[in-house]
Amino acid sequence: MSKIPESLRYSSTHEWVEDLGDGRYRVGITDHAQALLGDLVYAEVPEIEKNLQAGTVCGVLESVKAAADLYAPIDGKVLERNEALNDSPQLLNEDPYGQGWMMVVAAESSAYAGLMDAAAYANIAEA
Amino acid sequence: MTKQTALYDWHLAHGARMVDFAGWQMPLQYASQLAEHKAVRELAGFFDVSHMRPLDIEGKDARSLLRHALANDVAKLDAHPGKALYSTLLQVDGGIIDDLIVYYRGGDTYRIVLNASGAEADTAHFQKLIDQHAWQVTLSKRPDLGIVAVQGPKARARVADLLQIPALESLKSFTALEQDGFFIGRTGYTGEDGVEIIAANTLLPELAERLLTAGIAPAGLAARDSLRLEAGLDLYGQDMDTSVSPYASNLGWTVDLRDSDRAFMGRSALEAELTRGDGPRLVGIALSAGIPRHGYVLEDAAGTPCAVVTSGIFSPSLQCGIALARVNTPVAAGSILQLVIRGARKPAMVVKPPFWRQGAATFTFAEEC
Repeated sequence: MSKIPESLRYSSTHEWVEDLGDGRYRVGITDHAQALLGDLVYAEVPEIEKNLQAGTVCGVLESVKAAADLYAPIDGKVLERNEALNDSPQLLNEDPYGQGWMMVVAAESSAYAGLMDAAAYANIAEA
Repeated sequence: MTKQTALYDWHLAHGARMVDFAGWQMPLQYASQLAEHKAVRELAGFFDVSHMRPLDIEGKDARSLLRHALANDVAKLDAHPGKALYSTLLQVDGGIIDDLIVYYRGGDTYRIVLNASGAEADTAHFQKLIDQHAWQVTLSKRPDLGIVAVQGPKARARVADLLQIPALESLKSFTALEQDGFFIGRTGYTGEDGVEIIAANTLLPELAERLLTAGIAPAGLAARDSLRLEAGLDLYGQDMDTSVSPYASNLGWTVDLRDSDRAFMGRSALEAELTRGDGPRLVGIALSAGIPRHGYVLEDAAGTPCAVVTSGIFSPSLQCGIALARVNTPVAAGSILQLVIRGARKPAMVVKPPFWRQGAATFTFAEEC
Protein backbone atom coordinates (compact mmCIF):
# COMPACT_ATOMS: atom_id res chain seq x y z
CA MET A 1 0.00 0.00 0.00
CA SER A 2 1.64 3.23 -1.13
CA LYS A 3 1.48 6.55 0.68
CA ILE A 4 -0.89 9.17 -0.75
CA PRO A 5 -0.89 12.34 1.40
CA GLU A 6 -4.30 14.03 1.75
CA SER A 7 -2.78 17.50 1.45
CA LEU A 8 -1.62 17.07 -2.17
CA ARG A 9 -3.30 16.80 -5.55
CA TYR A 10 -2.45 14.25 -8.22
CA SER A 11 -2.29 13.63 -11.96
CA SER A 12 -3.24 10.42 -13.75
CA THR A 13 0.44 10.18 -14.81
CA HIS A 14 1.48 9.71 -11.16
CA GLU A 15 2.83 13.12 -10.23
CA TRP A 16 1.82 14.99 -7.09
CA VAL A 17 1.33 18.77 -6.90
CA GLU A 18 1.56 20.84 -3.73
CA ASP A 19 0.07 24.35 -3.46
CA LEU A 20 2.80 26.64 -2.05
CA GLY A 21 0.65 29.80 -2.35
CA ASP A 22 1.12 32.82 -4.65
CA GLY A 23 0.57 30.71 -7.77
CA ARG A 24 3.59 28.49 -7.00
CA TYR A 25 3.28 24.72 -7.04
CA ARG A 26 5.80 22.03 -6.10
CA VAL A 27 5.83 18.86 -8.21
CA GLY A 28 7.16 15.36 -7.65
CA ILE A 29 6.37 11.72 -8.43
CA THR A 30 4.16 9.65 -6.16
CA ASP A 31 5.25 6.87 -3.84
CA HIS A 32 3.35 4.48 -6.12
CA ALA A 33 5.33 5.71 -9.16
CA GLN A 34 8.73 5.40 -7.50
CA ALA A 35 7.91 1.87 -6.34
CA LEU A 36 6.95 0.85 -9.87
CA LEU A 37 10.07 2.39 -11.39
CA GLY A 38 12.47 0.76 -8.93
CA ASP A 39 15.81 2.23 -7.89
CA LEU A 40 16.24 5.47 -9.81
CA VAL A 41 19.71 6.35 -11.03
CA TYR A 42 19.13 9.39 -13.23
CA ALA A 43 16.56 12.17 -13.41
CA GLU A 44 16.28 14.72 -16.20
CA VAL A 45 14.04 17.54 -14.95
CA PRO A 46 13.03 20.40 -17.31
CA GLU A 47 15.09 23.60 -17.39
CA ILE A 48 14.06 26.69 -15.47
CA GLU A 49 11.77 28.96 -17.56
CA LYS A 50 10.54 26.02 -19.60
CA ASN A 51 6.81 26.09 -20.33
CA LEU A 52 5.02 22.90 -19.42
CA GLN A 53 1.88 21.49 -20.92
CA ALA A 54 -0.12 19.08 -18.77
CA GLY A 55 0.01 15.48 -19.95
CA THR A 56 3.05 15.93 -22.19
CA VAL A 57 6.57 14.58 -21.70
CA CYS A 58 8.88 17.05 -19.94
CA GLY A 59 11.76 14.90 -18.74
CA VAL A 60 13.11 11.41 -18.13
CA LEU A 61 13.45 9.15 -15.11
CA GLU A 62 15.86 6.25 -15.45
CA SER A 63 16.21 3.20 -13.24
CA VAL A 64 18.94 0.59 -13.61
CA LYS A 65 16.82 -1.32 -16.08
CA ALA A 66 14.52 1.15 -17.81
CA ALA A 67 13.94 4.72 -18.91
CA ALA A 68 10.52 6.22 -18.21
CA ASP A 69 9.05 9.49 -19.45
CA LEU A 70 8.30 12.20 -16.93
CA TYR A 71 5.00 13.97 -17.63
CA ALA A 72 4.00 17.49 -16.68
CA PRO A 73 1.02 17.24 -14.32
CA ILE A 74 -0.11 20.81 -14.91
CA ASP A 75 0.24 23.70 -17.39
CA GLY A 76 2.84 26.16 -16.13
CA LYS A 77 6.38 27.51 -16.17
CA VAL A 78 9.36 26.01 -14.31
CA LEU A 79 10.62 28.33 -11.53
CA GLU A 80 12.97 26.02 -9.61
CA ARG A 81 14.48 22.57 -10.04
CA ASN A 82 15.71 20.22 -7.35
CA GLU A 83 19.42 20.20 -8.19
CA ALA A 84 20.05 17.63 -5.44
CA LEU A 85 18.58 14.99 -7.76
CA ASN A 86 21.62 15.30 -10.06
CA ASP A 87 23.86 13.68 -7.48
CA SER A 88 21.23 11.84 -5.47
CA PRO A 89 18.46 10.50 -7.71
CA GLN A 90 17.72 7.93 -4.99
CA LEU A 91 15.92 10.75 -3.10
CA LEU A 92 13.06 10.09 -5.50
CA ASN A 93 12.77 6.61 -4.01
CA GLU A 94 13.60 7.40 -0.42
CA ASP A 95 11.48 10.51 0.08
CA PRO A 96 9.21 11.09 -2.93
CA TYR A 97 7.03 13.71 -1.18
CA GLY A 98 9.90 15.49 0.57
CA GLN A 99 13.55 15.69 -0.47
CA GLY A 100 12.69 13.94 -3.73
CA TRP A 101 10.63 16.87 -5.08
CA MET A 102 11.46 17.67 -8.70
CA MET A 103 10.48 21.25 -9.50
CA VAL A 104 8.44 24.29 -8.56
CA VAL A 105 6.19 25.70 -11.29
CA ALA A 106 4.09 28.82 -11.73
CA ALA A 107 0.54 27.78 -12.62
CA GLU A 108 -3.08 28.85 -12.46
CA SER A 109 -5.13 27.86 -9.43
CA SER A 110 -7.88 26.62 -11.75
CA ALA A 111 -5.44 24.10 -13.26
CA TYR A 112 -4.48 22.95 -9.76
CA ALA A 113 -8.15 22.61 -8.82
CA GLY A 114 -8.66 20.34 -11.82
CA LEU A 115 -6.25 17.71 -10.48
CA MET A 116 -7.39 14.65 -8.52
CA ASP A 117 -7.62 14.60 -4.77
CA ALA A 118 -5.99 11.81 -2.74
CA ALA A 119 -9.07 9.60 -2.73
CA ALA A 120 -9.50 9.80 -6.51
CA TYR A 121 -5.80 9.10 -7.08
CA ALA A 122 -5.93 6.13 -4.70
CA ASN A 123 -8.47 4.54 -7.04
CA ILE A 124 -5.97 4.76 -9.90
CA ALA A 125 -2.87 3.80 -7.94
CA GLU A 126 -4.47 0.78 -6.34
CA ALA A 127 -6.46 -0.41 -9.35
CA MET B 1 -2.01 -19.53 -16.39
CA THR B 2 1.45 -18.66 -15.17
CA LYS B 3 3.43 -21.24 -13.25
CA GLN B 4 4.69 -20.90 -9.70
CA THR B 5 7.95 -22.19 -8.28
CA ALA B 6 8.16 -24.04 -4.98
CA LEU B 7 9.24 -20.75 -3.39
CA TYR B 8 6.26 -18.68 -4.59
CA ASP B 9 4.69 -18.35 -1.13
CA TRP B 10 8.11 -17.74 0.40
CA HIS B 11 8.73 -14.84 -2.00
CA LEU B 12 5.38 -13.23 -1.17
CA ALA B 13 6.01 -13.66 2.55
CA HIS B 14 9.35 -11.87 2.12
CA GLY B 15 7.94 -8.86 0.32
CA ALA B 16 8.87 -9.72 -3.27
CA ARG B 17 7.33 -7.83 -6.15
CA MET B 18 6.40 -10.62 -8.56
CA VAL B 19 6.41 -10.45 -12.34
CA ASP B 20 5.52 -12.79 -15.15
CA PHE B 21 8.76 -14.04 -16.71
CA ALA B 22 8.62 -16.61 -19.51
CA GLY B 23 5.36 -17.98 -18.14
CA TRP B 24 6.48 -18.09 -14.50
CA GLN B 25 5.66 -15.88 -11.55
CA MET B 26 9.12 -14.76 -10.43
CA PRO B 27 10.44 -12.23 -7.89
CA LEU B 28 11.61 -9.05 -9.63
CA GLN B 29 13.01 -7.53 -6.45
CA TYR B 30 12.44 -7.60 -2.71
CA ALA B 31 13.30 -4.22 -1.16
CA SER B 32 15.91 -2.75 -3.52
CA GLN B 33 17.59 -3.99 -6.67
CA LEU B 34 20.69 -1.95 -5.86
CA ALA B 35 21.01 -3.43 -2.37
CA GLU B 36 20.55 -6.95 -3.76
CA HIS B 37 23.14 -6.32 -6.47
CA LYS B 38 25.64 -4.96 -3.94
CA ALA B 39 25.11 -7.90 -1.59
CA VAL B 40 26.01 -10.37 -4.35
CA ARG B 41 29.13 -8.40 -5.31
CA GLU B 42 30.34 -7.98 -1.75
CA LEU B 43 29.05 -10.97 0.23
CA ALA B 44 26.38 -13.25 -1.23
CA GLY B 45 22.77 -13.41 -2.31
CA PHE B 46 20.48 -16.16 -3.49
CA PHE B 47 18.13 -16.39 -6.45
CA ASP B 48 15.20 -18.68 -7.10
CA VAL B 49 15.91 -19.84 -10.64
CA SER B 50 13.41 -22.68 -10.63
CA HIS B 51 11.95 -21.36 -13.87
CA MET B 52 15.03 -22.90 -15.48
CA ARG B 53 14.33 -26.54 -16.17
CA PRO B 54 16.43 -29.64 -15.53
CA LEU B 55 16.16 -32.34 -18.18
CA ASP B 56 17.73 -35.72 -17.50
CA ILE B 57 19.15 -37.54 -20.52
CA GLU B 58 19.98 -41.19 -20.23
CA GLY B 59 20.69 -44.16 -22.48
CA LYS B 60 23.46 -45.72 -24.52
CA ASP B 61 23.14 -43.08 -27.25
CA ALA B 62 22.89 -40.06 -24.93
CA ARG B 63 26.44 -39.01 -25.76
CA SER B 64 25.74 -39.32 -29.51
CA LEU B 65 22.63 -37.16 -29.15
CA LEU B 66 24.51 -34.42 -27.33
CA ARG B 67 27.53 -34.52 -29.65
CA HIS B 68 25.09 -34.05 -32.53
CA ALA B 69 22.82 -31.40 -31.00
CA LEU B 70 25.27 -29.16 -29.15
CA ALA B 71 27.89 -26.79 -30.59
CA ASN B 72 30.25 -27.58 -27.74
CA ASP B 73 31.57 -31.13 -27.50
CA VAL B 74 30.49 -33.28 -24.53
CA ALA B 75 33.42 -35.60 -25.34
CA LYS B 76 35.36 -33.18 -23.11
CA LEU B 77 33.36 -34.53 -20.19
CA ASP B 78 34.01 -38.25 -20.90
CA ALA B 79 36.58 -39.00 -18.23
CA HIS B 80 35.14 -36.53 -15.73
CA PRO B 81 31.82 -37.40 -14.09
CA GLY B 82 30.49 -34.29 -12.37
CA LYS B 83 32.00 -31.95 -14.95
CA ALA B 84 29.81 -29.40 -16.71
CA LEU B 85 29.92 -27.61 -20.04
CA TYR B 86 28.22 -24.47 -21.32
CA SER B 87 26.93 -24.76 -24.88
CA THR B 88 24.65 -23.30 -27.46
CA LEU B 89 22.01 -25.41 -29.18
CA LEU B 90 21.86 -24.53 -32.88
CA GLN B 91 19.56 -24.72 -35.86
CA VAL B 92 20.93 -26.13 -39.09
CA ASP B 93 21.49 -22.52 -40.26
CA GLY B 94 23.61 -21.77 -37.18
CA GLY B 95 20.92 -19.69 -35.41
CA ILE B 96 20.84 -20.15 -31.64
CA ILE B 97 17.85 -22.14 -30.35
CA ASP B 98 18.96 -21.84 -26.72
CA ASP B 99 21.97 -21.81 -24.42
CA LEU B 100 22.38 -24.36 -21.67
CA ILE B 101 24.64 -26.10 -19.19
CA VAL B 102 25.11 -29.85 -19.50
CA TYR B 103 26.42 -31.94 -16.60
CA TYR B 104 27.91 -35.40 -17.05
CA ARG B 105 26.74 -37.74 -14.33
CA GLY B 106 28.82 -40.79 -15.26
CA GLY B 107 27.91 -43.81 -17.41
CA ASP B 108 25.31 -42.83 -20.02
CA THR B 109 23.74 -40.14 -17.88
CA TYR B 110 23.61 -36.37 -18.39
CA ARG B 111 21.60 -33.53 -16.93
CA ILE B 112 20.85 -30.36 -18.85
CA VAL B 113 19.48 -27.11 -17.45
CA LEU B 114 17.36 -25.18 -19.97
CA ASN B 115 16.00 -21.65 -20.09
CA ALA B 116 12.36 -21.27 -19.07
CA SER B 117 11.31 -19.87 -22.42
CA GLY B 118 12.81 -22.71 -24.44
CA ALA B 119 12.44 -25.74 -22.19
CA GLU B 120 9.41 -27.26 -23.91
CA ALA B 121 10.59 -26.63 -27.47
CA ASP B 122 14.15 -27.77 -26.69
CA THR B 123 12.88 -31.03 -25.23
CA ALA B 124 10.75 -31.61 -28.33
CA HIS B 125 13.80 -30.81 -30.47
CA PHE B 126 15.91 -33.43 -28.66
CA GLN B 127 13.09 -35.99 -28.92
CA LYS B 128 12.79 -35.38 -32.66
CA LEU B 129 16.53 -36.02 -33.12
CA ILE B 130 16.27 -39.19 -31.03
CA ASP B 131 13.42 -40.45 -33.18
CA GLN B 132 15.13 -39.51 -36.46
CA HIS B 133 18.27 -41.43 -35.56
CA ALA B 134 16.49 -44.25 -33.71
CA TRP B 135 18.78 -43.55 -30.75
CA GLN B 136 18.28 -45.27 -27.44
CA VAL B 137 17.86 -42.27 -25.19
CA THR B 138 15.30 -41.43 -22.55
CA LEU B 139 14.47 -37.80 -21.75
CA SER B 140 13.04 -37.10 -18.32
CA LYS B 141 11.61 -33.72 -17.46
CA ARG B 142 12.01 -32.98 -13.77
CA PRO B 143 9.04 -30.91 -12.57
CA ASP B 144 9.79 -32.28 -9.10
CA LEU B 145 13.04 -30.29 -8.96
CA GLY B 146 13.75 -26.62 -8.43
CA ILE B 147 16.94 -24.55 -8.51
CA VAL B 148 18.41 -21.98 -6.14
CA ALA B 149 21.55 -20.06 -7.16
CA VAL B 150 23.75 -18.77 -4.33
CA GLN B 151 26.22 -16.22 -5.68
CA GLY B 152 28.90 -13.97 -4.24
CA PRO B 153 32.43 -14.11 -2.86
CA LYS B 154 31.23 -15.78 0.37
CA ALA B 155 28.53 -17.95 -1.24
CA ARG B 156 30.36 -21.25 -1.51
CA ALA B 157 31.86 -21.18 1.99
CA ARG B 158 28.50 -20.29 3.54
CA VAL B 159 26.67 -23.06 1.68
CA ALA B 160 29.38 -25.59 2.58
CA ASP B 161 28.90 -24.67 6.21
CA LEU B 162 25.12 -24.57 6.08
CA LEU B 163 24.67 -27.92 4.34
CA GLN B 164 27.63 -29.54 6.09
CA ILE B 165 29.31 -30.38 2.78
CA PRO B 166 33.00 -29.47 3.24
CA ALA B 167 33.80 -30.84 -0.25
CA LEU B 168 32.19 -27.70 -1.65
CA GLU B 169 35.21 -25.72 -0.48
CA SER B 170 37.41 -27.52 -3.01
CA LEU B 171 34.81 -28.01 -5.76
CA LYS B 172 36.26 -26.94 -9.10
CA SER B 173 34.58 -24.42 -11.36
CA PHE B 174 31.97 -25.95 -13.69
CA THR B 175 31.84 -29.13 -11.64
CA ALA B 176 28.98 -30.58 -9.60
CA LEU B 177 28.69 -32.90 -6.64
CA GLU B 178 25.65 -34.76 -5.37
CA GLN B 179 24.94 -35.29 -1.70
CA ASP B 180 21.92 -35.59 0.61
CA GLY B 181 19.47 -34.91 -2.21
CA PHE B 182 21.30 -31.79 -3.34
CA PHE B 183 22.89 -31.55 -6.79
CA ILE B 184 25.31 -28.63 -6.46
CA GLY B 185 27.21 -27.16 -9.40
CA ARG B 186 29.84 -24.44 -9.14
CA THR B 187 28.23 -22.33 -11.83
CA GLY B 188 26.32 -19.07 -12.01
CA TYR B 189 25.21 -16.06 -13.96
CA THR B 190 26.56 -13.12 -11.99
CA GLY B 191 30.32 -13.09 -12.62
CA GLU B 192 30.87 -14.02 -8.97
CA ASP B 193 31.88 -17.33 -7.49
CA GLY B 194 28.97 -19.42 -6.26
CA VAL B 195 26.83 -22.47 -6.70
CA GLU B 196 23.56 -23.50 -8.26
CA ILE B 197 21.68 -26.01 -6.12
CA ILE B 198 19.19 -28.34 -7.77
CA ALA B 199 16.94 -30.06 -5.24
CA ALA B 200 13.47 -31.47 -4.70
CA ASN B 201 10.84 -28.71 -4.61
CA THR B 202 9.91 -29.90 -1.12
CA LEU B 203 13.39 -29.04 0.18
CA LEU B 204 13.52 -25.50 -1.20
CA PRO B 205 11.47 -23.43 1.29
CA GLU B 206 13.55 -24.75 4.18
CA LEU B 207 16.76 -24.12 2.20
CA ALA B 208 15.69 -20.52 1.52
CA GLU B 209 14.92 -19.98 5.18
CA ARG B 210 18.28 -21.41 6.24
CA LEU B 211 20.15 -19.24 3.72
CA LEU B 212 18.39 -16.18 5.07
CA THR B 213 19.24 -17.16 8.64
CA ALA B 214 22.88 -17.57 7.56
CA GLY B 215 22.89 -13.93 6.42
CA ILE B 216 22.34 -14.54 2.70
CA ALA B 217 19.44 -12.42 1.49
CA PRO B 218 17.26 -13.18 -1.54
CA ALA B 219 17.81 -11.25 -4.78
CA GLY B 220 15.39 -10.90 -7.67
CA LEU B 221 15.44 -10.98 -11.45
CA ALA B 222 16.25 -7.26 -11.63
CA ALA B 223 19.54 -7.71 -9.75
CA ARG B 224 20.23 -10.89 -11.71
CA ASP B 225 20.00 -8.88 -14.91
CA SER B 226 22.34 -6.08 -13.81
CA LEU B 227 24.83 -8.61 -12.42
CA ARG B 228 24.90 -10.75 -15.56
CA LEU B 229 25.28 -7.74 -17.82
CA GLU B 230 28.24 -6.39 -15.81
CA ALA B 231 29.72 -9.89 -16.18
CA GLY B 232 29.21 -9.59 -19.95
CA LEU B 233 26.91 -12.62 -20.12
CA ASP B 234 24.27 -12.91 -22.84
CA LEU B 235 20.58 -13.25 -22.08
CA TYR B 236 18.73 -15.55 -24.43
CA GLY B 237 15.91 -13.83 -26.31
CA GLN B 238 17.55 -10.44 -25.88
CA ASP B 239 21.24 -10.67 -26.88
CA MET B 240 20.81 -13.78 -29.02
CA ASP B 241 18.08 -15.79 -30.67
CA THR B 242 17.48 -17.97 -33.71
CA SER B 243 18.41 -15.11 -36.09
CA VAL B 244 22.06 -14.94 -34.98
CA SER B 245 24.97 -17.36 -34.71
CA PRO B 246 27.34 -17.89 -31.77
CA TYR B 247 30.01 -15.88 -33.65
CA ALA B 248 27.62 -12.93 -33.82
CA SER B 249 26.85 -13.32 -30.10
CA ASN B 250 30.29 -13.34 -28.43
CA LEU B 251 29.82 -17.10 -27.99
CA GLY B 252 32.29 -18.41 -30.56
CA TRP B 253 34.07 -20.12 -27.69
CA THR B 254 31.12 -22.50 -27.27
CA VAL B 255 31.69 -23.86 -30.78
CA ASP B 256 34.07 -26.82 -30.83
CA LEU B 257 35.18 -27.64 -34.39
CA ARG B 258 38.22 -29.72 -33.49
CA ASP B 259 36.79 -33.17 -34.23
CA SER B 260 36.23 -32.90 -37.96
CA ASP B 261 34.08 -36.05 -37.92
CA ARG B 262 31.55 -34.49 -35.57
CA ALA B 263 28.79 -33.23 -37.88
CA PHE B 264 26.83 -31.34 -35.22
CA MET B 265 23.76 -29.31 -36.14
CA GLY B 266 24.73 -25.96 -37.57
CA ARG B 267 28.34 -26.94 -38.23
CA SER B 268 28.39 -26.40 -41.99
CA ALA B 269 26.65 -23.03 -41.64
CA LEU B 270 29.19 -21.92 -39.02
CA GLU B 271 32.11 -23.06 -41.17
CA ALA B 272 30.70 -21.11 -44.11
CA GLU B 273 30.36 -18.08 -41.84
CA LEU B 274 34.01 -18.41 -40.81
CA THR B 275 35.05 -18.64 -44.45
CA ARG B 276 33.11 -15.46 -45.28
CA GLY B 277 34.97 -13.70 -42.50
CA ASP B 278 33.66 -10.48 -41.03
CA GLY B 279 30.04 -10.32 -39.96
CA PRO B 280 27.98 -9.04 -37.05
CA ARG B 281 29.56 -9.21 -33.60
CA LEU B 282 28.32 -8.62 -30.08
CA VAL B 283 30.52 -6.10 -28.25
CA GLY B 284 30.40 -4.26 -24.97
CA ILE B 285 30.00 -0.50 -24.82
CA ALA B 286 30.41 1.85 -21.87
CA LEU B 287 29.48 5.52 -21.48
CA SER B 288 30.59 8.03 -18.89
CA ALA B 289 27.40 10.04 -19.53
CA GLY B 290 24.08 8.55 -20.61
CA ILE B 291 22.38 5.20 -20.15
CA PRO B 292 22.05 2.82 -23.11
CA ARG B 293 18.79 0.92 -23.54
CA HIS B 294 17.61 -2.01 -25.65
CA GLY B 295 17.06 -0.87 -29.24
CA TYR B 296 19.16 2.32 -29.10
CA VAL B 297 21.31 2.88 -32.18
CA LEU B 298 25.06 3.55 -32.32
CA GLU B 299 26.74 5.54 -35.08
CA ASP B 300 30.31 5.43 -36.33
CA ALA B 301 32.59 8.46 -36.77
CA ALA B 302 30.93 9.24 -40.11
CA GLY B 303 27.48 9.35 -38.48
CA THR B 304 26.36 6.09 -40.09
CA PRO B 305 24.35 3.68 -37.95
CA CYS B 306 26.61 0.69 -37.22
CA ALA B 307 25.19 -1.07 -34.16
CA VAL B 308 22.09 -1.66 -32.03
CA VAL B 309 21.99 -2.11 -28.26
CA THR B 310 20.65 -5.52 -27.25
CA SER B 311 20.85 -5.06 -23.45
CA GLY B 312 21.59 -1.81 -21.65
CA ILE B 313 21.59 -0.69 -18.04
CA PHE B 314 23.05 1.73 -15.58
CA SER B 315 25.73 -0.41 -13.96
CA PRO B 316 25.42 -0.31 -10.17
CA SER B 317 29.03 -1.46 -9.64
CA LEU B 318 30.64 0.80 -12.25
CA GLN B 319 28.23 3.73 -11.83
CA CYS B 320 27.98 4.29 -15.56
CA GLY B 321 25.96 3.13 -18.54
CA ILE B 322 26.98 -0.24 -20.02
CA ALA B 323 25.49 -2.37 -22.77
CA LEU B 324 25.90 -5.24 -25.13
CA ALA B 325 25.46 -4.08 -28.71
CA ARG B 326 25.48 -5.88 -32.02
CA VAL B 327 27.79 -4.20 -34.53
CA ASN B 328 27.37 -4.85 -38.26
CA THR B 329 31.05 -5.65 -38.62
CA PRO B 330 33.88 -6.22 -36.11
CA VAL B 331 35.01 -3.13 -34.16
CA ALA B 332 38.14 -3.00 -32.01
CA ALA B 333 37.97 -2.51 -28.26
CA GLY B 334 38.73 1.10 -27.42
CA SER B 335 36.97 2.47 -30.51
CA ILE B 336 34.62 5.36 -29.87
CA LEU B 337 31.08 5.22 -31.28
CA GLN B 338 28.21 7.64 -30.73
CA LEU B 339 25.11 6.40 -28.91
CA VAL B 340 21.91 8.15 -29.94
CA ILE B 341 19.87 8.89 -26.79
CA ARG B 342 16.58 10.69 -27.45
CA GLY B 343 18.16 12.52 -30.37
CA ALA B 344 21.40 13.46 -28.58
CA ARG B 345 24.74 11.79 -29.33
CA LYS B 346 26.93 10.53 -26.48
CA PRO B 347 30.43 9.03 -26.87
CA ALA B 348 30.44 5.29 -26.19
CA MET B 349 33.62 3.26 -25.86
CA VAL B 350 33.79 -0.28 -27.20
CA VAL B 351 34.80 -2.69 -24.41
CA LYS B 352 35.53 -6.37 -24.56
CA PRO B 353 33.09 -8.01 -22.10
CA PRO B 354 33.07 -8.51 -19.14
CA PHE B 355 32.83 -4.99 -17.75
CA TRP B 356 33.41 -6.09 -14.17
CA ARG B 357 35.61 -8.89 -12.91
CA GLN B 358 36.81 -9.88 -9.44
CA GLY B 359 35.80 -6.69 -7.76
CA ALA B 360 37.02 -4.18 -10.34
CA ALA B 361 36.25 -2.60 -13.69
CA THR B 362 38.00 -4.24 -16.66
CA PHE B 363 38.50 -0.95 -18.53
CA THR B 364 39.12 2.76 -18.09
CA PHE B 365 37.43 5.42 -20.17
CA ALA B 366 39.36 7.00 -23.03
CA GLU B 367 39.84 10.77 -22.70
CA GLU B 368 37.19 11.59 -25.30
CA CYS B 369 34.44 9.81 -23.32
